[in-house]
Amino acid sequence: MGRYVIRRLLQMIPVFLGTTFIIFAMVYALGDPVAQMFGDRTPDPATVARMRHDLNLDKPLVTQYVLYMGNIFTGDFGEAFNGQKVTELMGEAFPTTLQLTLVAISLEIVLGIGLGLLSGLRRGKILDNVVLIGTLVVISIPVFVIGYLAQYFLAVKWNWVEPSVSADPTIDEMILPAFVLAGLSLAYVTRLTRTSIVENMRADYLRTAVAKGLPRRRVIGVHLLRNSLIPVVTFIGTDVGALMGGAIVTEGIFNIHGVGYQLLQGVVRRNSPTVVGFVTVLVLVFLLANLIVDLLYAVLDPRIRYA
Amino acid sequence: MTTIEKTDSVPAPRAGGKGGTPLLQVRDLHVEFHTRDGVAKAVNGVNYTVNAGETLAVLGESGSGKSVTAQAIMGILDMPPGKIPQGEILFHGEDMLKMSGEQRRKIRGRKIAMIFQDALSSLNPVLSVGYQLGEMFRVHQGLSKKEAKLKAIELMDRVRIPAAKDRVSDYPHQFSGGMRQRIMIAMALALEPELIIADEPTTALDVTVQAQVMDLLAELQREYNMGLILITHDLGVVADVADKIAVMYAGRIVETAPVHELYKRPAHPYTRGLLDSIPRLDQKGQELFAIKGLPPNLLKIPTGCAFNPRCPKAQDICRTDVPALHTVTEQDGAELPGRGSACHFWKETIHG
Repeated sequence: MGRYVIRRLLQMIPVFLGTTFIIFAMVYALGDPVAQMFGDRTPDPATVARMRHDLNLDKPLVTQYVLYMGNIFTGDFGEAFNGQKVTELMGEAFPTTLQLTLVAISLEIVLGIGLGLLSGLRRGKILDNVVLIGTLVVISIPVFVIGYLAQYFLAVKWNWVEPSVSADPTIDEMILPAFVLAGLSLAYVTRLTRTSIVENMRADYLRTAVAKGLPRRRVIGVHLLRNSLIPVVTFIGTDVGALMGGAIVTEGIFNIHGVGYQLLQGVVRRNSPTVVGFVTVLVLVFLLANLIVDLLYAVLDPRIRYA
Repeated sequence: MTTIEKTDSVPAPRAGGKGGTPLLQVRDLHVEFHTRDGVAKAVNGVNYTVNAGETLAVLGESGSGKSVTAQAIMGILDMPPGKIPQGEILFHGEDMLKMSGEQRRKIRGRKIAMIFQDALSSLNPVLSVGYQLGEMFRVHQGLSKKEAKLKAIELMDRVRIPAAKDRVSDYPHQFSGGMRQRIMIAMALALEPELIIADEPTTALDVTVQAQVMDLLAELQREYNMGLILITHDLGVVADVADKIAVMYAGRIVETAPVHELYKRPAHPYTRGLLDSIPRLDQKGQELFAIKGLPPNLLKIPTGCAFNPRCPKAQDICRTDVPALHTVTEQDGAELPGRGSACHFWKETIHG
């Protein structure tokens, strides 16, 4: 196990370097960020040259990348063009998004697995059909539609919740955005759990568990769930990474100043250091989430051994 | 927590035979499966008894209803689609089909246990064998995790799994086929039940291991004086272990007999066919006998005797009348104890 973890961590290095280089190249190839900063005004060529020199933009791309990475490892993600440090932006954005993600994941776990289990146990009954149709609806409607509809009805029309999240959000403010954010994954988790439950209910070992005279609670809780959750846990694990970075739409709708919001601002304003910095951290989050999922897999299923 | 042990308080009015109530008595059991294509009649009026310390072998092809009968006894039939429209399953004289789910659950594993065919798929792959064995004690006797583990080690020793102490935390896939089947046996034996149903316990094993597992099973059965229902299609396995045999065909018992009697003088053409299709060393080089045709479709069981389309002796009466289980007698009319044959022409078959 230890060797496997070390090998995986070492494998992360080339993946990390490769992805960040591609992102770096793409962002800086998009245009001239200095010209962008001046907008419609014609800048003074001397100022431009000085800024280009300060930002290392006059050097070849590879050199720029190496210098950038060097800075990152000393904790310096550079400055956004408005002079704010990128690390400062991160310090505000990541906790907010993390909070949102955690609420969303909890919803996936509690509701997704719960509904999946219930509909799997009652296969072909009313509840099962309702859940199947409901998840289909959620899967087929784009997030922004669900988001705006939820915001309009729950917040604007019926006044149950605040339409946008305050600057320093609390957990209960996050519930509606988390629902919107988790919606799609929630539907997938429900379906995945249901399929897995239905499949395992026919398994021989479940018949054995019943033949042992175990109470139904135990048959389901220990024997059925334990086996059925293996694929679900994998899905939820990878989803942590996806939710951390993929909240652009939801954060936009509810005015949450998280990672998605900052990324969007960075892209719209050609704020290259912000974009590269945030994406670099997200790459790390993805890689770690994947590693944890793989390790968790071995914990849940003893037939899988890493050497 | 008050549990009423109904088993003891109810008098047994249906005491059959000498020595009081038999351990298990199956009476006129019918099982059907309601499927999209119609009603599959898997079991059509099965009767048998098992006493303490006795081994009943239930013999038959795939689809003859032998496993379904066993599952009905255990109470692990999938209902629906399964349905028991008729019949009784008396355990110590009390009909289990009339008991509540909770009452039946308490009998399962504790009083009647089952050994399944394929131990690899029948054991939970993600739980250690120690946990799965210990679960019996934890659920039924309320032992702690620690005590249950010690009991599990004891059990593994009992079924002669080497280095039980080191292997108690291993998972099913880490054991060989024979060892896994021993674990299944240990699990069934855990609470020293009165009746064990072994559903083709050796089918998934290779021949040398088959013998070991059967010997172990027979030895433990003698030691605990348990009733054993051995479901199999292997005539070789039966001969060594069983006391009596019930041959099933299309959900019905077609012949019952003490084990050696059956081999010597079968009283049903189907049994005869089965015996003739055993490969024999002294007939090396000759073509092996096989019963022609296929087992009947349970959705459309032939009228009359279900075996008639495949039977070499079939006559008109076989196509119209269902034969009852006739008592088999000697030529002079002396009754042969424990023998019965559901064939219109049993006399010709046994004596002819």
